Amino acid sequence: MKKPRVMMVCGFGLGSSMILKLTVDGVLKENGLSAETFCADATTATGEAYDMVFTSKEMANLFKNTPKPVVVIENFLSKQEVLEKGLPVLRKLIEE
Amino acid sequence: MLSNYLSPEVIQLKVNVNSWQEAVRAGGELLLKAGKCQPSYIEAMIRAVQEMGAYMVLAPGLALAHARPEDGASLVGLSLVTLDHGVNFGSEANDPVTMVISFCAPDHHSHIEMLQALAEFLMSEENQQLLKTAQSVEEVLSAVG
Repeated sequence: MKKPRVMMVCGFGLGSSMILKLTVDGVLKENGLSAETFCADATTATGEAYDMVFTSKEMANLFKNTPKPVVVIENFLSKQEVLEKGLPVLRKLIEE
Repeated sequence: MLSNYLSPEVIQLKVNVNSWQEAVRAGGELLLKAGKCQPSYIEAMIRAVQEMGAYMVLAPGLALAHARPEDGASLVGLSLVTLDHGVNFGSEANDPVTMVISFCAPDHHSHIEMLQALAEFLMSEENQQLLKTAQSVEEVLSAVG
């Protein structure tokens, strides 16, 4: 079982993405999954090593040329949304 | 605990503004008056939305306004502004905004505990509603414990 690198991206990498990271951490914990979660900002994100991205609609364009899975989240505080949109992707990465 | 970061001086409820800039400015002024940031930080928060879009409207009706430490943040600070009517920030998914939470931090990690407390509190939609509809500062302070 791999420990994937899960990147949360927002404009500055220290506000919104941090909130999203906390939501994702919560979902991982509640589902007994383990991943390395970290935040990045719009300028450094594409240079990072990651296995998947969680970000907002506005930032998703940064990743249009990447082959890695990009999950767009509308409500950064919604564990439900992260669960529905992100959990299948996370599981796949972990079980690979 | 979220109550460690919120005091009456950084809470303003049912504010009447007619643009997102005014809303962000209101939040920034509270941080400024509380000595947490310089005036330049307020301008930087507004520029951030202009340059990067409304990504900081991170949940329905809720904007998290902030800029970078080097934009003029002096101390870790948090402010809460609720609006008496919603304003649009340009977020397709989450406009109109009725609550603006602004924060600043002097570096890239001092605010982590604060954001953690904030996220934990706000992850409950009930709590989000409580803040948005609060009629008094006392109500807010007793809600955040």
